[in-house]
Amino acid sequence: MTCREFAEFLDAYLSAELPPAVLTAFEHHLELCINCVRYLEHYRQSIELGRRAFDRSSAEVPADVPEDLIRAMLVAFRLEPALD
Amino acid sequence: MNSNDLVQAMDPAGASAVDEPALIAALRRGEEWAFEAMVRTHGGRLLAVARRICGNEEDARDALQSAYLSAFRAVQRFEGTCQLSTWLHRIVVNMALMRLRTRRRKPEAQMDTLLPAFQEDGHHVEQFSEWTMPADRLLEREDARATVRSCIAQLPESYRQVLLLRDIEELSTDEVAGMLRATPTAIKVRLHRARQALSTLLRREFAR
Repeated sequence: MTCREFAEFLDAYLSAELPPAVLTAFEHHLELCINCVRYLEHYRQSIELGRRAFDRSSAEVPADVPEDLIRAMLVAFRLEPALD
Repeated sequence: MNSNDLVQAMDPAGASAVDEPALIAALRRGEEWAFEAMVRTHGGRLLAVARRICGNEEDARDALQSAYLSAFRAVQRFEGTCQLSTWLHRIVVNMALMRLRTRRRKPEAQMDTLLPAFQEDGHHVEQFSEWTMPADRLLEREDARATVRSCIAQLPESYRQVLLLRDIEELSTDEVAGMLRATPTAIKVRLHRARQALSTLLRREFAR
C-alpha cells in the first residue's frame, strides 16, 4: 500500500469499515511509515477539534434567544392563519 | 393562554422539565404561550446551529424564525417518534441550508490546494511533524477553538456544510444526503475530503 492509498482509506479505517485484507495492508503500512502515522494522527485530531470547537463558546451558544428576536417571532406568529 | 401555563411549561431546570405532550397539544390548538415556550426552551441552542451554518447573524435569525413558523404549521403532522428538540433541529438545519442557497457564493479556496500532494511513487510530498500539543489541551483554550472555527469557515462551502452537518450537528450520512440532495456515497467522499482539508489548515496553525 502506498501513502496515497493509505490516505484514501483513512475514513473507512476510522469507521471500522475496511475489509480484512485491506485492513491488514493498512496496518502494515502504518508500522513502516512514520509520515503516515503522523498524517493519521493529524486527521484524528482534526476531527476531534472540529467536533468540539463550538463547545463552551459564549459567542457561539447563547443561553437564550435575544428578546427582540422573540418579540419579532411572536409578531410573526400572530399573523399566521389558524391551524386546521 | 395565561402566564401560569408558560411558567409551568418553562422551568429553570431546562428543556427536560417541559411537559412536551401538553406543549404540543397547546401548539396544535394554536396557543401563543406554547409557541413562546417552544422558542424559549430550544431557541438558544437552535440559534447557535443556524449561526454555524449561515455564518452571519441576519441569516441565522431569519432561518430560526422561518423554522419555528414552519414547525408550527407542521405540528399537526408531528408524530412524536422523536423528541421535539430533534424535530426542531432538523427543521432549523434545513431552513439554514435554504438561506445559504439563496446567497451568492463567496470566492472559495481551491480544494486541491488543501488536499495532500503525492509524489509519482505514491509517497507524501510533505513531511509531517507533530502538533505543538494534543487536541484535548488545545480545546481548553478559547483562542485555539476560535482558530479551529475560522479554519472550518475557510473550507469550500459544499465541504464546510458536510463537515458541519456530520461532525458537529451529528446528523447521519443518510440524513445529510437527503438534505443536500446527494447520494450517501458522495457525502462520505465529501466528508473525507473536508476532514483532510481541515487537517491541512489546522496543521498550518498547530504543527511544530
